Amino acid sequence: MATLMTERKRSALTRGRLPKYTPYVIALSAVVIAAALMSLIGFHVFGWAVLSAVLFVIGNVTAAGVVEGRRKATDKFATSLVYGAFLVALLPLISVIWTVLVNGVPGLLTPGFLSTSMNGVTGAVDNASVKDGTPVVGGVYHALMGSVMITLWATLISVPVGLLTAIYLVEYSAGNTFSKVITFLVDVMTGIPSIVAGLFAAAFFAMILGPGTKTGFVAAVALSVLMIPVVVRSSEEMLKIVPNELREAAYALGVRKWRTILKVVIPTAISGIASGVTLAIARVIGETAPLLVTAGFATTINMNVFSGWMASLPTFIYTQIMTPTSPSNADPSTQRAWAAALLLIILVMLLNLGARLVARLFAPKTGR
Amino acid sequence: MSKRIDVSDLNVYYGDFRAVEDVSITIEAKSVTAFIGPSGCGKSTFLRTLNRMHEVIPGARVEGKVLLDGDNLYGDGVDPVTVRSQIGMVFQRPNPFPTMSIRDNVLAGVKLNSRRISKSDADSLVEKSLQGANLWNEVKDRLDKPGSGLSGGQQQRLCIARAIAVSPDVILMDEPCSALDPISTLAIEDLINELKDEYTVVIVTHNMQQAARVSDKTAFFNIAGTGKPGKLIEYADTATIFNNPGEKSTEDYVSGRFG
Repeated sequence: MATLMTERKRSALTRGRLPKYTPYVIALSAVVIAAALMSLIGFHVFGWAVLSAVLFVIGNVTAAGVVEGRRKATDKFATSLVYGAFLVALLPLISVIWTVLVNGVPGLLTPGFLSTSMNGVTGAVDNASVKDGTPVVGGVYHALMGSVMITLWATLISVPVGLLTAIYLVEYSAGNTFSKVITFLVDVMTGIPSIVAGLFAAAFFAMILGPGTKTGFVAAVALSVLMIPVVVRSSEEMLKIVPNELREAAYALGVRKWRTILKVVIPTAISGIASGVTLAIARVIGETAPLLVTAGFATTINMNVFSGWMASLPTFIYTQIMTPTSPSNADPSTQRAWAAALLLIILVMLLNLGARLVARLFAPKTGR
Repeated sequence: MSKRIDVSDLNVYYGDFRAVEDVSITIEAKSVTAFIGPSGCGKSTFLRTLNRMHEVIPGARVEGKVLLDGDNLYGDGVDPVTVRSQIGMVFQRPNPFPTMSIRDNVLAGVKLNSRRISKSDADSLVEKSLQGANLWNEVKDRLDKPGSGLSGGQQQRLCIARAIAVSPDVILMDEPCSALDPISTLAIEDLINELKDEYTVVIVTHNMQQAARVSDKTAFFNIAGTGKPGKLIEYADTATIFNNPGEKSTEDYVSGRFG
């Protein structure tokens, strides 16, 4: 007659294991001990956090080593390293976003910041607003439009060139020497310092249109030098992962190669290509150095990329910080610079979100 | 429409490597011909030379003659695209275009070539092709849904519908059932039996029972060893190949003594 076995209170299978609450106890003690130690040598929040973390890791690993054995101790140590590395990587990001938010929000919320330019805003105006405590006037509209126009033109240049290069590399080159040279040069181009791209564009246009040619279009050319390799690389990867079976299926229907590429390969890869392009735009929209030497500075709205100097968000930030509108009262300029920085970060974030959205919108549907 | 194929002294190369050696074979119109043989014996490679798909692979080339009702596919000035629009192909793995609906997949041969087609013509072509592939009843209510949402067997029949929508003379099938379950396989085999009323069908298969079930004539390919070219060993009526083969190696293969 078999009797029903009751479950043992303390399972033999969990013998030699620390109870679940152990890490919390250790964490609490680590925080308390660290606070005590810090009070001896002078309290400091950052040091306190670091010391707590170190004590927690030591306590946790030692406890595991003593009770649970070597394997568990190693596991805890490796886990601590992984989480630690993650936090260290995250820290600067959060810090940057926090700083820019705190400093940028007041400026961004100032009425007219997004809809006015710096036209007519002089040192006297800034001095007056500081003295009377009135809101800071002047805005970023000209720089925002400049950034948008320059990036738009850079995209118009880079996407056809980059996409067609990628199509050649993947569909036509069959791995010949020429394609290897192109791939090598594209890799080299990826590493070009952005100021060099700016100098190239400036020198190129100085040669054909005369020295000192600074327009939005020159800046767009400089940015496209930076953008093309990114577009080539991402499009190439996307075209490569289109299954060969789809190309063969199209060939077997009597479809010509160029039509196959245009109507089967590219539509299949378009979501990846589009998000790659969007990320490339996000990459160049914050470039400062090449814009300084190619588009110059402007305080007024200029929507024509083919003539006249053009402002952009990065150069706007740079000039506002380096040469405040009112040298004696830099605060209004600093506020505008932070607000522009926040706007730039928001733009890049929107572009990244846009890339995800684009990828999802264009992705081949699998619904039934 | 269906046409016969006469192959004489065909050698197929990948670069310097000769994959298939001296094949001569006559494939009758309105019949099903099966190619059997061990892996790597060149039967798929040979099949791909019949609609000039072989040369899509870099370095691949062909020597010899393939006559489609007397016209040499490898003659001077022959456009491979024209050849392929007359000789359709179904692949091992179902490969509907993922960006297209079921309807657009069937119309792919027309639409990808930007040929103008009226909506009513398109509708009747879609229905006729899907009927021809025994798929119409399963998908007629969801023609605008993506083709990749179908089951594997349905996708393969969609690919067959896509192939017959361009009204070819010959349909080549490269192991069309190897990725499918027995029920879908049965559906495809039934379909092959119906297709031979209108088309010349050539099928490569690893499954000897399948060759016995569907084909009128069977060709057995073999290789002497790794790195050696594949050869056509024996070509005869399917019943002869399976019951009374002329060659020892054919008998060994079909009776399961090797391979």
